[in-house]
Amino acid sequence: MAAYKWSRTAVFLLIFVSLIHTGKSDNGETLNDSVKGEEADQSVPGETQPSDESSSENGDAEQKQWYSTDLEMNDALEGSKAESGMNDSPGDSKLFTPPPAKDHFQEELVIRPLHSGDIYANFQFRTQLDTDFVQEGNKVSHYRLFPKSLGQLLSKFSVRELHISFTQGYWRTMQWGQPFIPAPPGAELWVWFHDTVLDVDENWKELTNVLSGIFCASLNFIDSTNTVEPSASFKPLGLGNVTDHRFLRYATLPREIVCTENLTPWKKLLPCGSKAGLAVLMKSEKLFHSSFHSQAVHIRSICKDWQCSSAAWELRQTLSVVFDLYTSGQGKKDWSLFKMFSRTVTEACPLASSSKIYVDVTDNPEGELFDLNPATPVLTTTVVLGDRRTYAVYDLTKAETFGQLRSLNLLIRWKGEAGDMLRPLLHAERYVAGFGLQTGEIHTLIYNNHPYRAFPVLLLESVPWYLRLYIHTLTIISKSRENKPSYIHYQPSKDRLRPHLLEMLVQLPPHSVTEVTVQFERALLKWTEYTPDPNHGFYVGSSVISALVPSVVAMDIKSPQERPLFSSFFHVKEESSYFVRVYTEPLLVNLPTPDFSMPYNVICLTCTVVAVAYGSFYNLLTRTFQVEEPSQPLAKRLANVIRRIRGVPPL
Amino acid sequence: MAAPLTLVLILAVSIRAVLFRSSLAAQISERVEVVSPLNSWKRVVEGLALLDLGVSPYSGDVFHETPLIIYLFHFVVDYSEIVFMIADGITAVALYLSVKTYNKNVFRKQKYALEADRYPHDCLELMRSPKEMFYIPLKVAMFYLLNPFTILSCVAKSTCGINNAIIAIFILCTLKGSALLSAIFLSLATYQTIYPLTLFAPALLFLLQRLYIPVNPCRSSFWIYTLQYAFMFVGSLVVIVCLSFFLLGSWDFIPSVYGFILSVPDLTPNIGLFWYFFAEMFEHFRFFFICVFQINIFLYTIPLSIKLKEHPVFLIFMQIAIISIFKSYPTVGDIALYMAFLPAWSHLYRFLRNIFLVSCILLACSVLFPVLWHLWIYAGSANSNFYYAITLLFNVGQILLISDYFYAYLRREHHLSQGLYLQRKDGSEATLVLK
Repeated sequence: MAAYKWSRTAVFLLIFVSLIHTGKSDNGETLNDSVKGEEADQSVPGETQPSDESSSENGDAEQKQWYSTDLEMNDALEGSKAESGMNDSPGDSKLFTPPPAKDHFQEELVIRPLHSGDIYANFQFRTQLDTDFVQEGNKVSHYRLFPKSLGQLLSKFSVRELHISFTQGYWRTMQWGQPFIPAPPGAELWVWFHDTVLDVDENWKELTNVLSGIFCASLNFIDSTNTVEPSASFKPLGLGNVTDHRFLRYATLPREIVCTENLTPWKKLLPCGSKAGLAVLMKSEKLFHSSFHSQAVHIRSICKDWQCSSAAWELRQTLSVVFDLYTSGQGKKDWSLFKMFSRTVTEACPLASSSKIYVDVTDNPEGELFDLNPATPVLTTTVVLGDRRTYAVYDLTKAETFGQLRSLNLLIRWKGEAGDMLRPLLHAERYVAGFGLQTGEIHTLIYNNHPYRAFPVLLLESVPWYLRLYIHTLTIISKSRENKPSYIHYQPSKDRLRPHLLEMLVQLPPHSVTEVTVQFERALLKWTEYTPDPNHGFYVGSSVISALVPSVVAMDIKSPQERPLFSSFFHVKEESSYFVRVYTEPLLVNLPTPDFSMPYNVICLTCTVVAVAYGSFYNLLTRTFQVEEPSQPLAKRLANVIRRIRGVPPL
Repeated sequence: MAAPLTLVLILAVSIRAVLFRSSLAAQISERVEVVSPLNSWKRVVEGLALLDLGVSPYSGDVFHETPLIIYLFHFVVDYSEIVFMIADGITAVALYLSVKTYNKNVFRKQKYALEADRYPHDCLELMRSPKEMFYIPLKVAMFYLLNPFTILSCVAKSTCGINNAIIAIFILCTLKGSALLSAIFLSLATYQTIYPLTLFAPALLFLLQRLYIPVNPCRSSFWIYTLQYAFMFVGSLVVIVCLSFFLLGSWDFIPSVYGFILSVPDLTPNIGLFWYFFAEMFEHFRFFFICVFQINIFLYTIPLSIKLKEHPVFLIFMQIAIISIFKSYPTVGDIALYMAFLPAWSHLYRFLRNIFLVSCILLACSVLFPVLWHLWIYAGSANSNFYYAITLLFNVGQILLISDYFYAYLRREHHLSQGLYLQRKDGSEATLVLK
C-alpha cells in the first residue's frame, strides 16, 4: 500500500511540475530532467525504481510523439482522440491537447495449460498505423511505433499483405488442440502484392532478399523452385477482396532452423524492444529450450474503425512457445512465469494502450483443479476456435496488478488431474510410404472428428520438382469409399524451375478419416544440386489444410476491436463456423545419390567408351584391307643396309 | 511361309498376354532398363490425366510424348495392351517382308554377278544359297518377337514399340521402293524421336540404287532425286508438326519433346551413357559435352554412307544400332530392333572376331542390371557406381558387336573382290590387316 501512495505522490508532483513548465517552454528535455530530479528525491530507491523509469520513458515517448506529429496528420485527430487518451499517462492527457497519435500499440500474453501437461504461451503485439502508405502520393517518412524498416518495405514493394513465420518444432494438434495462429515447421512466407505491380516475380525475389536481411534468416533461398501461387488456400486476411492469385506468392522453407539470431531482429521491431512490457519475458535461452517455438509477423490492412471509413495498417507480431514443464519439472505440472521465462513482469510497455495477460481457466471454474496465484477478480469469456473459453485477465497498465512486490509472477499449483481434452475437430497427418529410392507414395490423412457434420476442406500440397508426382495415381478415400474432390487445381512441376502445386476441395464426411495418396518418383539430381548432407534427405514442406469448421458455440461476429487479440486474427463472417488452418508434418525424403567423389573418373570412363566406338569406326572407315607382308628381322635389315653400302645385292 | 510366321505371331502374342495378366507386368513397367522418361507408359497415362484436368500435358516435366501419341491413346487407352501387341506384330511382319525383299535383291544381284563372272573363283563358299536364305526372314521375325527385350518392352507398354513399328514400316516401304511412303514414315519416326533423321541417307542411297541413279554429285539426276526425296521428307514432317500444333493449339510440345531429348535434363538411370555422365558433369562444361554427345550420334552418318554406299540396307542396320547405343534415353526396346537384323547377317558369322566374348558380355550385363539396381536402390549395399559400371560394360559390348559386324561385312566384301584364299608374294597363306 505504501508503494501505491508513493507513486500517487509522484504523479501529482509530475502534474504540478509540467503545469509550470508548459507555460514557459515546450522543451521536453528539461521537463524530463526536472521530473526525474523531483522524483528521485521523493522515492525510496529499491521500490520505486520501475515506476521512475517508466515515467521517464513515458516522457520520452511523449516528446517523440510531439516531434513526429506533422501538420498534415491533424486530420486524423478526431478519429484517434479516444485511443491517444488511452495511450497517455492519466495525468498528462488532461493538460495537453491530445496529440494526434497515428498509431497505437497493444500487447498481450495468453497462457493456456495444455492437457498434455505442457504450457502454451502466446505473445501478441499489435501495432496499428492509421495511414495507408501504399496508396500513391501518400509518402510517410515519420514512423513512431510502426517499424520503419517494415513500412518502407511495404511501400517499396507494393505489398498488400505479408505473413511470415519462423517455427522450430511441430505443433501437435492431437495433444495440444488448435493454436491461435498456426504455422508450419521452418519458415513460411506468403505475400499479397497490390494489383498495380507489373512484375510480381521480380518484386517477390527482391522482397525475400530484403526480408532475409531484416530477419537474419535464409529467406533468400526462396526462388521459383519453391514458390507457388495457390489459387484458393490463401485468401487475404485483411481488407480488399482481390482474388486474382497472380498477385499472391507462397513459399516455405521446411529446413529453416530458427534460433536466437532470428529472435533478436524480431524483438527489435517492437516499440519497447525487449526493455519493457511483456517482451522482457523473451529470454532466448528459455524460449528455445521448449518443445515448440514459433514467431511470426503478420502485416495487413484493416478497417480503422467500425464504419470502415478508411484503412489502417496492422502489424501483428506473435510468438508462441510450448514449454515442456511436465518432464523437465520432475513430473509436476506446476508452473510460474519465472519458471518458464526466468523473468517476471514488472510493468507494461509504456507505449502500449493495453497490456494484458490472459490465463485460460476454463477447466477450473470453482478452483478445484488448480490455484492461480495471484488471483484476479477479472474474468473474461470469449469465443475462440469454436469454443467458449474463460480467461483470468491481468491488466498490466494498472499498478495494483503488480502488488506490493512491484512484480507479477503468475503461478499455478495443480490440485487435481485435468479431464480429457476435447478432440480437435480437424487434424491431419502425413507420411511417405514405400521403400527403396525409386518411387514412393505420399499419404495424407485428414480427420474430421465432428460427430455429425460434414464440412469441406481445402488441401494444398506443394511438392518440389525432384519428387515427380503422378497425378493420375491420386486417390482420395473416406470411409473406404472414393471421394471425388469438387475442385482440383494442379500445376505440374518444371525441372529446376517450379514445384508441383496441388489444391483440392474435399468434402470430409462426419466422423471420418480421409486418406489422400499420390505416388511420386524420385529423381536423380546433378551432383551439384545435392545439399552438403545428401543422405540426410530432402524436406518437403507441410501441406496446408484450410477449413471452415462448424462451431459448437455461436461465434462472435462483432468487431474485432473489442476482443482480445488472440481471438481476433481470423475474421469471422458467420456465427456457425470458424476458420482453421492445419499444417501437416513436413516430409523427409531420401533421393538416390551419385558418388560425389567420381566426377573425373566418370568423365574419363564415359569418354573412353565413346572413344572406343569412335576409334573402331574410324579404323574401319579410313583403312582398307591389305595382305600382311611379314617384315624382315632386324639383323637381316641391318645386313642389307651394309650390303647396299658395299654395293653388293641385298639378301 | 505364312504358316510358320503366323505360329510365331500367335506364340509371341500369347506370351505377352500371359505376362500382361501376371503380377510381373507392374514390376516390369517400373524397370529403368525397359522404360525411359521419354516412353514410359506411366507418363502417357499422366499426360492423359493432365489433359482431363484441363492442364496442358506439356506444362509440366513429366510428359514427353508427341501430340500424335497422346491423341492415339486418347482413343485407345483402354485397349493399350492390344495396341502394343499389334505394334510388335506389325514390326515383326514388316521386318519379315523387308528382309524377304532384301534377300531377293541380294540373290538376284549375286546371280547377275556370277553370270558376269565377277567373283574370284575361290569365293564359291561365300556365295549365299537360297536354302540358307529361306528361313532368314522368319528368323528375323522370331528374333524380334521372341527377344526377351522386346517382350519386356511390350509388357511394360513402352511406346518404344510404336517407334520401332514406324521404323520397320519405313524400312519396308524403302525396300519396296515407295519413295513417298518411305519419306512419310521416316518423317514420322523423326517426329517421334529426332534421331531416325540419320536414316535419311541410307534410304536415299537405296532408292537411288534401285533406280540405277549413280551417286555422283556431278550428275543432275542425282540432285533432282535427292531434292525430290528431301522435299517429300521435309514436307511430310512439316505437315505432321503442324497437325500436332492444331491438335493442341500450342507449340509447347517442341521444347518439351525435342528440347527434352536434346538437352537431357532428366538424369533417371538407364542403360545409356548420358545419365551418370551428366549427373557428374562440371556445370560449365555441361553444354559443351551435351553438344559433343549429341553430335556424336549424327557424326557417323556421312562417313558410313560414303563407305557403305553400295550397301544401304547394312547402313540402315548400322545407323539403327548407333542410335540405340548413343541416344539420350535408350531402352532395351531400341536394342531389340537392331538385334532383329542379326539373322540377316548370318553369312558374316565366319568373319566375326569376338562374337563369343560379346554375347557373354551382353548376357552377363542383362542379368546384372536388375541385380545391381536392387543393390543400389533397394538394399543400399551398393552405390550408383555399380550400376554405372554395368551400363558402361553393356555399351562396350554393343559397340564391339556393331564394329565386329561392320568389320565382317567389309571383310566379306573384300574377299568377294579379291578372293577368299589370299596369298603372300612368296606364296604362303596371307593374313589380312587393316592399313
